[in-house]
Amino acid sequence: MDLIIILASGVATGTVLLYATVGEIFSERSGVLNLGVEGMMLVGAMFAYKVTAATQSPLLGLLAAMLAAGAVSQVHAFITITLQADQVISGLALNFLATGISLVLGEGLTSLRDVVPQLPKFSIPVLSEIPWLGDIFFNNQSVMVYVGFIFIPLAWYYINRTRPGMHLRAVGEYPAAADTLGIGVYALRYYYVFVGGLLAGLAGATISLSISPGWFGALTTSGQGWIAVGLVIFAQWNPIRAAFGAYTFGALRRLVLDIQGPATVLGLANPFFYNSNLGFFLKMLPFAFTVVFLVIGSREAMRKRVGTPAALGLPYIRGQRGL
Amino acid sequence: MAKEISGNEQLNVVSMLGVSKRFPGVIANDHVDFVLRQGEVHALLGENGAGKSTLMNVLAGLYRSDGGTIEVNGKAANFGSPREAIEAGIGMVHQHFMLVPSQSVTENVLLGLDEPRFRMNLSRYNKKIEEIAEQYGLHVDPAAKIWQLTVGEQQRVEILKMLYRGAEVLIMDEPTAVLAPSEIEELFKTLRSMTAQDKSIVFISHKLHEVMEISDRVTVLQKGKVTSSGIQTKDVTRADLARLMVGREVVFRVEKKLVEIGDTVLSVKNLKADNDKGLSAINGVSLTVSQGEIVGLAGVAGNGQNELAETLAGLREVLDGEIIVNDKDVTNNPVKKGIRQGISLIPADRTLVGTAPNLSVTDNMIMKNYDQEPIGQGWIVNSTEANSYASDLKEAYEIMVPTIETSVRLLSGGNLQKVILAREISSEPKLMVAVQPTRGLDVGAIEGVQKLILAQREAGAAILLISEELDELISLSDRIYVIYEGEIMGQVDDGDIDKIGQMMMGARLEHIEKEGVA
Repeated sequence: MDLIIILASGVATGTVLLYATVGEIFSERSGVLNLGVEGMMLVGAMFAYKVTAATQSPLLGLLAAMLAAGAVSQVHAFITITLQADQVISGLALNFLATGISLVLGEGLTSLRDVVPQLPKFSIPVLSEIPWLGDIFFNNQSVMVYVGFIFIPLAWYYINRTRPGMHLRAVGEYPAAADTLGIGVYALRYYYVFVGGLLAGLAGATISLSISPGWFGALTTSGQGWIAVGLVIFAQWNPIRAAFGAYTFGALRRLVLDIQGPATVLGLANPFFYNSNLGFFLKMLPFAFTVVFLVIGSREAMRKRVGTPAALGLPYIRGQRGL
Repeated sequence: MAKEISGNEQLNVVSMLGVSKRFPGVIANDHVDFVLRQGEVHALLGENGAGKSTLMNVLAGLYRSDGGTIEVNGKAANFGSPREAIEAGIGMVHQHFMLVPSQSVTENVLLGLDEPRFRMNLSRYNKKIEEIAEQYGLHVDPAAKIWQLTVGEQQRVEILKMLYRGAEVLIMDEPTAVLAPSEIEELFKTLRSMTAQDKSIVFISHKLHEVMEISDRVTVLQKGKVTSSGIQTKDVTRADLARLMVGREVVFRVEKKLVEIGDTVLSVKNLKADNDKGLSAINGVSLTVSQGEIVGLAGVAGNGQNELAETLAGLREVLDGEIIVNDKDVTNNPVKKGIRQGISLIPADRTLVGTAPNLSVTDNMIMKNYDQEPIGQGWIVNSTEANSYASDLKEAYEIMVPTIETSVRLLSGGNLQKVILAREISSEPKLMVAVQPTRGLDVGAIEGVQKLILAQREAGAAILLISEELDELISLSDRIYVIYEGEIMGQVDDGDIDKIGQMMMGARLEHIEKEGVA
């Protein structure tokens, strides 16, 4: 059990959560809650693996994953934006649909283990030599981890400092106001649900092509999509907080695995080593922490009145409010 | 007091001829003529539902007309969206502000524009917006977030938004409804400085004295039809306008009988409570209300009135202080106990708090006594009794509804309020807290609701009337408290509107009396 290893692999697995969480942030900022993240990630992971197996190109696999998950997200967009149905129910249904699709199309992929190329891993020359930090962030990480580093500030900047970002926030906060100023509320919501889908697909591809390569059916994502949905609230719809939460949860997942290894921890007998049934308890912990984070995050958000897009979960119907 | 009009013949910036607009079941505008000249303030007067807002929504591109012609600057126009309208120079400031609360003033002004393309250089645009604000006397900090602003400031942002887009015609939909008297003065100054710079203004209102004060010409609508098109304001009297608006002579005073004031019913001492955000909303309020007395509570919206009403009804936690009703301490009592002790609340939100929209008239009427004999018999609700109870109330309160099985969401505002009043009054309350009981109702319905409240006073109930309509407060109340930021600024017994206005803006009564009335 080495702390550096846990943190480094926390950054790697956290990258998956990062893409999914920021994708959901985009969707929710526009006012659409999409609980189908887990399903979309699964679709992404499966398509990435399948297309890479067929073409031998992880890059094509990545693109296919994003487009496939993006396409799935549009089912949710149509149901909630055009048909104005309940976002929670549609999102839950989307999970079943997407999980089903990926399990059927993913039939037989598990056996392809050795013939599917992965996304490259490398170290960043100078940065990796910084003591501690270099080993955690820049030493032999997947290319997707580095893309994630760049992606975080860009996403924040886009949302908070650009014109399209301002329109995105307006549509999620007060769509009627945006509508009177000629901003296409419906089109923008479709677009950002699609962006959410693309990023969920990217998260899925990051798993199956790089972080824990392979296709293991529904276990491939093993509930990370749900953690991402929770992290959005903890992050208060802010990509930078999301990155912090994602890496922390990544490290937590790794810790839960590693803590079962040694016979003694801090000089005491390790109960998790001697009683393997306690492993189930450990596996539950990240989800329990999600609940705790949710409670803390939403209380804080309520007190400071930050975060929650005011129109989140509400379909926009022109002329219903004040007009 | 009408403004002088320059001698020259003015240009017609907007002319709407024979415009009609139908909604399912109603004709909102029936061949309406409306002509706006450059540089004037043109009032559009009418009761609620007369079709004023509909007509202007047609002009501003929110609705499409079903007939008639519209010309803007001599060119035919029929806008399909607000954006097209604003590009033609027509901007509308809605009654409900169209502002994103979490964004800054500058962001709200820039929303939906093509400029800047991508990167938001806010400090540069802050300056630009400050310049326009300066030009028209619209004082507001461009970097402030909307939720930090007062209602008056938010309205200025709305006006700025339209001016920044180059609006030549500004439509103001009931702009004074949410403002305190001094803010109204400020707004009128702004409007005048805009007309001085050749902008034209449509001023939608149903308040006669404001129309008399600010407008150059008036068009009056009644039930979708024009009863008077573009008459000079200085040529008419207030009574003329009232007749044109309502279609009959209107009595401006309510008849109030002399009632002996009895024992103190409600006594609130040093009350403190938070709002939903966990911030202090009521900060040490003390007041009393006695039998046979209507006590008004004046204040600009959002100064703790709703929270106070909720603590009295037991809907909100009291953090400090006490509430005593008929010598019993009811602080933080469960709501039901309060109801049994004769506390009744007429909430501001009729549709979501006052009633359950999808339930029938009967269900809504028995909500407070469904568990009492004869309607409630053990755990059974006797529906025959409930129906006859509801039918009786429907007759007594003249509620216009097809059957008592109808869902209340289908009722008009006036009828809905009568359902609530019927329920509350029939429980014979000792203390009635009425929040904005006439808001959004038309003149006829307002009269009915006010009569019911006065009848309660004569029956010996103690009534706390919370309202933003100063006219109503002054005509109904025996005394008026003024609340500002959760504190009582003072009490007025003689309906002195100047004092009330100053207190609404945060001046304490002692202070005003020391300084002398301004």
